[in-house]
Amino acid sequence: MSGSERVTRWTGNGQFALPSRILHWTMAAMVLTMLFIGVAMVASLADYHLLVSIHRPLGIAILVLVIIRYVNRKLNSPPEFIATMPPEERIAAHYSELLMYAMMFAMPLIGWGMLSAARYPIVLFGPIHLPPILPHSLMLYAVLRKTHTIVAYLFFATFIAHFSGVLFHTLIMRDGLIDRMVPWRVRGPEINPP
Amino acid sequence: MAILGALVFCVVGSFAYVGGWLSPGLLTPGRFADGFQEVFGVHPGFRRNHAKGLCVGGYFESNGQGARLSKASVFEPGRVAVTGRFSLAGGQPFAADGPAAVRGFGLRFEPRYGGQWRTAMVDIPVFAVGTPEGFYDQLLASKIDPATGKPDPAKMTAFLAAHPETVRAITIIKAKPFSSGFANATFNGLNVFRFTNAAGDTTPVRWSMVPVDAFAPEGPADAQDKNYLFDALIARLRRGPVQWHMIITIGQPGDPTDDATLPWPDTREHLDVGTLTLDSVAAEAPGNCRDINFDPLVLPDGIAPSDDPLLSARSAVYSQSFTRRAGETKEPSAVTPAEVGQ
Repeated sequence: MSGSERVTRWTGNGQFALPSRILHWTMAAMVLTMLFIGVAMVASLADYHLLVSIHRPLGIAILVLVIIRYVNRKLNSPPEFIATMPPEERIAAHYSELLMYAMMFAMPLIGWGMLSAARYPIVLFGPIHLPPILPHSLMLYAVLRKTHTIVAYLFFATFIAHFSGVLFHTLIMRDGLIDRMVPWRVRGPEINPP
Repeated sequence: MAILGALVFCVVGSFAYVGGWLSPGLLTPGRFADGFQEVFGVHPGFRRNHAKGLCVGGYFESNGQGARLSKASVFEPGRVAVTGRFSLAGGQPFAADGPAAVRGFGLRFEPRYGGQWRTAMVDIPVFAVGTPEGFYDQLLASKIDPATGKPDPAKMTAFLAAHPETVRAITIIKAKPFSSGFANATFNGLNVFRFTNAAGDTTPVRWSMVPVDAFAPEGPADAQDKNYLFDALIARLRRGPVQWHMIITIGQPGDPTDDATLPWPDTREHLDVGTLTLDSVAAEAPGNCRDINFDPLVLPDGIAPSDDPLLSARSAVYSQSFTRRAGETKEPSAVTPAEVGQ
């Protein structure tokens, strides 16, 4: 796609629904924060306790929000892919969305499960705590703990791919892909400025 | 494209930075656990420190006095089940018992409706180091030189020269005689914590388990029995329950809260908040104390950490040790079920 070509910014229904956009950005911030807290806490002596104290309730908050988000995804279909996305990129975008949903469900559940298997109390804040969801088993804890790390790195890699892809569309192709998800209202279709 | 690259680079770079990958000299929980393994060797399935241990069970009977200081459910009048573990400091799970090793006591209070509390105490009045870095340096300085069978004296001298607080703390530790066994030892929480009561008042505190059994001075090691300290505890428990009073020491404004090497004045108020009774004993086995991390920062609502830098570090390193041993193949502990008479 050359820069001189006049590109239709949207060919579909335009933006994601407002609840979808709010959930996207809220959870994007939360998930990214979690990934950073996760790698920081395992490397830190001084801030370990503080970071773990944030990590636990934030993870459970993500679990609650991803359930809401999944219901919203069923209620509010996303807009069609924009014309500038070739078929293989559409397939990649489709599966990376699926993968990220799966990981948003899996990560808090693995975290909750591994704390259960280790018989740590799952404290959210103050006296509020969750019950264990798995039996007391060190081997089970070890496997889930390892899985938690591997899925976290996979999540970060998927995020980087998603981030790079959107940046490529926004900065290089300038096809207005990001307008579909920006929190504010953008009317389309519009014509790409020369 | 340059902007794109720069943005992605920034995100990946900051991720690597907070993850410690760009700071090879940083003392991380993993490097701390490596330090224990370097000094004591790797003993799969066992704790990296306080590796040799025995499980006990019983209950804590709160007299209700503690509620004045903390709203934790443990301090409401009544009984709370406990699981405990007696241990010897050091990472050798099959080391012979002896007078040199510091004795540890991990305890988990299990109130029925939440508010679990874990503490890991030792039988010395103050800690020998005040910071995680100090602990790590002391650990490495105490590594046995295979040529002499003893730590390198030059390394220990250098460590003590750099840590006058340790020299002061060792003087305090040596001034107090050690008891003959586990059952008549006083165990101290060492670090300062903050108690908050129902009215919202917060008080700096320390706690100790003071034995009901009479004090007897420590004797020499028993050459016939590698597990003589643990075996004496097993024999004592066969004769009947063993008890401790839980004593809370109440800090005053100005008392140091961030330095476990500094004792508080003896004149501080001591509050007896209840009696701990141990009435069962078991060798380490799947699902019992063996599989509990006595993380001192598993605290109920009403108890919070102080600003002591050792606390978060203890929590982090205990967790690292727990995670490492959790995935390893286990073998029976030095104190066997046969020894316990199970």
